Amino acid sequence: MSAHDNAAQDGHSHTSAGKYVQIAVILFALTALEVLLYEVSYGELSHAAGGLTAALEPWFVEILLILSAMKFWFVAMFYMHLKQDIKPLSWVFGFSLVIASVVIVAMIILFAYTRGLFWADVPW
Amino acid sequence: MSSTLAHDDAHAAHHTSLPVDNRKLAIWTFIGSECLFFATLISTYLIYKDTHAKGPGPKDIFEVPLVTAGTAVLLFSSFFVVMALNGAQEGNRKKLLGWLGATIMCGLFFLGMQVYEFNHFYHLGLGYTTNLFGTSFYTLTGFHGTHVAIGTLWLMTVFKDALKGRMPPAKALNLELAALYWHFVDVVWIIIFPVVYLMSLRS
Repeated sequence: MSAHDNAAQDGHSHTSAGKYVQIAVILFALTALEVLLYEVSYGELSHAAGGLTAALEPWFVEILLILSAMKFWFVAMFYMHLKQDIKPLSWVFGFSLVIASVVIVAMIILFAYTRGLFWADVPW
Repeated sequence: MSSTLAHDDAHAAHHTSLPVDNRKLAIWTFIGSECLFFATLISTYLIYKDTHAKGPGPKDIFEVPLVTAGTAVLLFSSFFVVMALNGAQEGNRKKLLGWLGATIMCGLFFLGMQVYEFNHFYHLGLGYTTNLFGTSFYTLTGFHGTHVAIGTLWLMTVFKDALKGRMPPAKALNLELAALYWHFVDVVWIIIFPVVYLMSLRS
């Protein structure tokens, strides 16, 4: 069985090394943006940035989550080959991510709710 | 005759009605379950990160440069392992060994960084039972570190196979499965880095 046949059996064709390099550059740029966002909003650069700090600070969490989601997407699609692989693998992963997100949101809402109740202050 | 049948059975065991090896389907299902595992740990951290009446809190101990270095190393390692896979699929043993060795070194570096970080935090007064922030932080990042250690060991076994010439292009899937696990460990850190470190440092 040739390497090409083996790839066809696995359900995807091989990505070129050049494409992997492109994705690596994008991932590093996004990480640099995350750190820069923190430094401008709350870190060393916050005093020098002035107006930019005031503009970014209210959106800090949202921008950070968007940047992380982008990095996550690039790794899953290109490094984990979900873009080329058969769709059921994406469904397995996507379904798990949906449940995981529901778990996180539900836990935070549940604890925020119980902390607002008088009996939640009891040291259980 | 019997050996032929045994060979056919073993061959058939790797095929399903889906056009994908069943080991690959298994690792994706496992990764799916791991998503839920880390979701519970991340949500627990988010709930308890501000519970530090006793002992230090996130702003007292977290250091962005050190964690950024660890993040960069994990991102490097994800790139290195796909390059190793590219080498395995091309049948280029030198390329496979070089990039895979670099991936393993990145894994070891990350583990070293985490050991240093935990030791440093402990000396700053944050033990496992000091406060709920410490407990949830050490549990989350400790479990992630354990996954990195398991991934590094798995990659080492693949490296040993490649070193002995037992990794022809037809067996590149063996590396791909380990690489999928490694990338998952990387994407978990992609979430942990901003959520645990950067967001917790807000004033």
